[in-house]
Amino acid sequence: MQQDELIAQLQSGNQKAFERIYQLYSKSIYGIIYNIVRDEKVSEEILQDVFLKIWNNASSYDHDKGRFFTWILNIARNASIDKRRSRDFNDNRLNLKSDHFVDILEARSNISGKMDAIGLQKYIDILGPVCKKLIDLLFFKGFTQKESAEELQIPLGTVKTKNRICIDKLRANVLR
Amino acid sequence: MDIKKYISSGILELYVYGALSESESAEVSRILKKYPEVRAEVEEIEEALITLSGAAAPKNPEFLLQSIKEKLSKRIVTIPVETKRTNWSAYLGWAASIVFLFGLFLLFDENQDLKESLQALQLDKVQLETAITEARNDTEKTRELLNAFRDRNVIKVPLPGQEIAPQAYAAAYWDKDENITYIDGKDLPEPPRGMVYQVWSLKINPLVPSSIGLLNEFERDENKVFKLENPNVSEGFGITLEPAGGSETPTLERLYALGTVNS
Repeated sequence: MQQDELIAQLQSGNQKAFERIYQLYSKSIYGIIYNIVRDEKVSEEILQDVFLKIWNNASSYDHDKGRFFTWILNIARNASIDKRRSRDFNDNRLNLKSDHFVDILEARSNISGKMDAIGLQKYIDILGPVCKKLIDLLFFKGFTQKESAEELQIPLGTVKTKNRICIDKLRANVLR
Repeated sequence: MDIKKYISSGILELYVYGALSESESAEVSRILKKYPEVRAEVEEIEEALITLSGAAAPKNPEFLLQSIKEKLSKRIVTIPVETKRTNWSAYLGWAASIVFLFGLFLLFDENQDLKESLQALQLDKVQLETAITEARNDTEKTRELLNAFRDRNVIKVPLPGQEIAPQAYAAAYWDKDENITYIDGKDLPEPPRGMVYQVWSLKINPLVPSSIGLLNEFERDENKVFKLENPNVSEGFGITLEPAGGSETPTLERLYALGTVNS
């Protein structure tokens, strides 16, 4: 498989493979980081650190344990959350739970050009409030099922199935 | 194994999020290798999520790649190797003994270094343990405050700033049952050197103040919440600035915050 091949090349220190990985994932990872720290400059610094970590620690990724995307997602979320908790960043910022990736999409669809706005609007429209919150916690913020259930005050057993429905909706609109 | 059912259980989404335990994840990885339809499903979920989070990025970060690559190349170090043919055998004995002596010295030196770094590490460990204990204590304290503030029997008395400091503000949280009053002094100005805030429980008619305590070490208290014993039947609370150690009666010229209990 192509993906496996690419990762194997990355692990053997191939810079071209690294560039390709960057093209595939950097925008998504930037979105994850920005959603947590909400500061463009700081997010860019973290993004650079995250990709340096990917390069330096590539050999520690093990595909028997999980997806490559999940591995870098974890690195990015941890780095962002560490930054948010750090002293020099702390004051006067909103609580991590109170802001939400949909705010970013909504804010941007208000200011950016029409074409872009339509593209973003579709994510906002198709997902109901519970789905937005659920995806935000589980995917963007890395909450566990239990933490998400507590946060949303829904039974633990419904998190998995409810989330499946949300992602189905997303897929129906995003991928075609 | 019922693959359709497995896919629709929602476990694959959690797998991509990284929300499964290590063993659950390993199990999914195994199944994914065996069933191409599971793999295809995971790839689609991943693609949708990559697109969604990409939409939350302020812009395409392509412009950062160059600077990241420059940092990568610093890792690569090249050492030119020169080889020369010489008749080494004559010198070999001497060289070997010198190397041996040098090696002994190095070992000794390294041993010293290791001992030193072991000591340093042990010191670090003690410091970390202290930090953890402190953090736990802080959490404990915060939880206690939170519980106190949530208790329905606790009366909140806002204490707006007075003439001398109209910007100041404090609040008293009075737990009648426990005879405790918490003072939140976050918005009081820092007291000048040698002075201290003193809190008074007030009877209004006629006005009788009784001291319930000082806000000691105000500057150094991180959350500026103080716990004071208050056995009085208070009708109001006042905070004045007094010389270190406090006063018998309040200095009304330096009355910073004042409020009455609504009942």
